[in-house]
Amino acid sequence: MDALIDQLKGEIIEQLNLEDLKKEDIDADAPLFGEGLGLDSIDALELIVLLEKNHGIKIANPADGKKIFQSIRSMAEFIKANKK
Amino acid sequence: MENKNYISSYCAAKNGEVIVDHTISYSEKTLLSVDFIKSVYKHFQFNYPKFYKMDHLCKLAFVTSELLLKSNPVTQKYSSEDIAIIISNSTSSLEIDTEHQNTISDKGNYFPSPAIFVYTLSNILIGEIAIRNSIKGENTFFIFDKFDPVFMSSYINSLLKSGKAKCCITGWVDFYENKYESFLYTVEKEQGTLKIEHTSEQIKKLYNN
Repeated sequence: MDALIDQLKGEIIEQLNLEDLKKEDIDADAPLFGEGLGLDSIDALELIVLLEKNHGIKIANPADGKKIFQSIRSMAEFIKANKK
Repeated sequence: MENKNYISSYCAAKNGEVIVDHTISYSEKTLLSVDFIKSVYKHFQFNYPKFYKMDHLCKLAFVTSELLLKSNPVTQKYSSEDIAIIISNSTSSLEIDTEHQNTISDKGNYFPSPAIFVYTLSNILIGEIAIRNSIKGENTFFIFDKFDPVFMSSYINSLLKSGKAKCCITGWVDFYENKYESFLYTVEKEQGTLKIEHTSEQIKKLYNN
């Protein structure tokens, strides 16, 4: 799980152009939206693309997004549970 | 009432230099285009994390407008509805349009990026300046073969005369294939410290400096 979290941090920094952040600056349990990383709605769409492009996972039910994208750890858990 | 308008402040960024009101405020000739623009951002310590998410065109507009409004904080003098933003360029948003095209051209690797797509309109840079500075006045983006001081001066003088704006942030912001050029200036009834009348000839002089 730690390796996947580390990988996700790198992918998010690259995909969302968070150039002023390093992996170690990101708390895996911090909220992705609002406080924490302070991502916005466009970033949410980017995360959906990231899941599909990098991990081959489509979110079937958009209502699940809030739970999946709560933190980097919750994303990693979702990927682990749904990776084919 | 006098109908004259004045260029009260300006900021130009090109060829590794940033000039604000006749003074070179930053110079870094060794860096290429976007790296130069990022170095301006870092040098002046603008604290705006969204900067890194912008496309190159908006990044250029952002740093230039920040320095212009630092020199002449018109947002403190006028209400947000009285400040217009009228900007022009020649390559529109072609740089990021091409990047977007690259994300959708391969049917087997079709992953359009929302963060790229949202910048595929040149007038988004006006939105970025407006959001950053809470400006809500008139805005228009023109695309010309080259910067057109005659048209721009006439358009902005008419806009100010109509009373739809009391101040205008205007000029030229262009970025394509590592070539960049930004020239933004404020136009007001007040002379400001520059005391340059807003005419096409004066704009030409500043632009060509």
